[in-house]
Amino acid sequence: MAASTLERPLAARPSTWFVWAGMTAFGVFLVGILVAVVVDSFGRQWFDTWLPEGLTTDRYTEAWDRFALGEVVGVTVGVAALVVVISVLVGVPAAYVLARRDFPGKRAIMLLFLLPVLMPPITYGIPLATVMYSFGLGRTLTAVVLVNLVPSVPFVILTMTPFIEQINPAIESAARMCGARTRQVFTRILAPLLVPGILAAAILVLVRTVGLFELTFLVSGPGSDTLVVAIYRGMTSAGGGEARQLISAMSVIYTATMLVMLVVALRFVNPTQLVAQVKETRDD
Amino acid sequence: MSGGGQQTGRATASLRHRLAERGIDPTLLLLVPGLVVALALFVYPFSYGIGLTVQPTAAMQEQWGGGILANYVAFFRDPFVFDSVWLTMRLALPAALFNVLASVPVAMVLRHRFRGKRLLTSLLVLPITLGTVLTAQGLLIFAGRQGWINRALLEFGLIDEPLKLVNNYLGVMFSLVITGFPFAFLLISSYLSGIDPSLERAAKTLGAGWWQRFRRIILPLLAPGLATTFVLTFVLAFSVFPSARLVGDAMGETRVMSLMAFRAFGEQNDYAMASTIALMMGAVELLVVVAVLGLRSLLYRGTTGGKG
Repeated sequence: MAASTLERPLAARPSTWFVWAGMTAFGVFLVGILVAVVVDSFGRQWFDTWLPEGLTTDRYTEAWDRFALGEVVGVTVGVAALVVVISVLVGVPAAYVLARRDFPGKRAIMLLFLLPVLMPPITYGIPLATVMYSFGLGRTLTAVVLVNLVPSVPFVILTMTPFIEQINPAIESAARMCGARTRQVFTRILAPLLVPGILAAAILVLVRTVGLFELTFLVSGPGSDTLVVAIYRGMTSAGGGEARQLISAMSVIYTATMLVMLVVALRFVNPTQLVAQVKETRDD
Repeated sequence: MSGGGQQTGRATASLRHRLAERGIDPTLLLLVPGLVVALALFVYPFSYGIGLTVQPTAAMQEQWGGGILANYVAFFRDPFVFDSVWLTMRLALPAALFNVLASVPVAMVLRHRFRGKRLLTSLLVLPITLGTVLTAQGLLIFAGRQGWINRALLEFGLIDEPLKLVNNYLGVMFSLVITGFPFAFLLISSYLSGIDPSLERAAKTLGAGWWQRFRRIILPLLAPGLATTFVLTFVLAFSVFPSARLVGDAMGETRVMSLMAFRAFGEQNDYAMASTIALMMGAVELLVVVAVLGLRSLLYRGTTGGKG
């Protein structure tokens, strides 16, 4: 006991209290926001009191019908799934080349993939949306999927490159020595080793796509709105927006979906190690 | 005949060989789908957008002059548009700075092992799932005139009338901190975990206090990571759009650049002006990013940590 108290960095004490105070304030805000929305979505009427008068689940059925949420959720899931599949199929092979090969122009290509991640989405989103409208793709599902690929493909490449660098190239060489062709190296050697990385990248892309607002908003319309965009349109529609409780109900549905996905994601990856793993292997 | 065939076969083989020596071989074809996506959906629209900016509408040319550069003239001359640059900076810079600086002590405390660490980390990551739209809705209810914050403060007698916490600058700032802080925290913790703990232990053995250890060991190694995190959080805060509209004062103190770009795009259908604002937005952001990364290149980036 005495030994363990001595072991602890005594000097860190003053900052620790400060940190915990800040964290508590952050936590209060966070929990307050979440609980306020949940309570509001179940409330009958809520004006000048601590809690709403009476509880009801009518808001959910009302919101579901009014905003055609069945369709909206379907669109959200469908778009997200398509974006994940396409960006993994396109991104992983590219990440493999960037991780393993050295060739002229590699830095330029890396920069090309890095730019969409560093730029504000609106900057390339508005020209991109203009192009979509001029090709007659405006407000279609195709356009929503296409614009979502712009940040997702580079994201997959950037997260997969370190994963691939971790795999010992000697394993591939050994497979080739035993007569495996490129296809076989991919399906028999790399794919099984990459599954955790691909899953992590896929889930992160899924979460990002469902949460991405700006790009989807610029090209979507009735019938191709995702859930976030539908909530935003509900909040800003002409005449001061829809009833607050309906929006809250939609927001709760959205958060619940996101939470499930994030919990699943955290089972596969520890987010604080995403960057650390990269460098540790490079230092070896 | 057969000799000729052999000849060409040898020639291509050697060409292939020479290319392979420089790193060009069929494996590079795996890059093609990625490049197609990047070129068709990023490079082409971007160049198209740049082309659009020099094709101003007749109305713009009439109002602002400047011929094909009318959109740029309008951007710099129209105070309603140009002020948005300053309004965006006034939000994004303090928000990014706060998120980075506040993450450092929190990450320092949370890097030690203790019970409930995983729970706490998950709690900090939670806002990522909320997204800006739900955060906005929650802030409107929680921090609004009749929200729980104002109600509690009134009850305790700390204030006489409700504070105005949303629909202004403060509301957007809250929203930027709630969504940006977890992100900054995650990045800084991973940078921090890469600093060799034995360095700090050695300093401790030599009698350095906590402040000396932080100032002389941790901070110099962490600095490049801090710069990277600042850039990434700044990018997030700079493109603030939904929250500026929903919890801000969209036509007043939070009239940010992305709102102006969208106004030209969606409400006025002036795609040329919208592209101009969007490009200028990218240019302003790039200036800040380049400045910070320039400063970062002056810092130490060794093998023991930093990791930026």
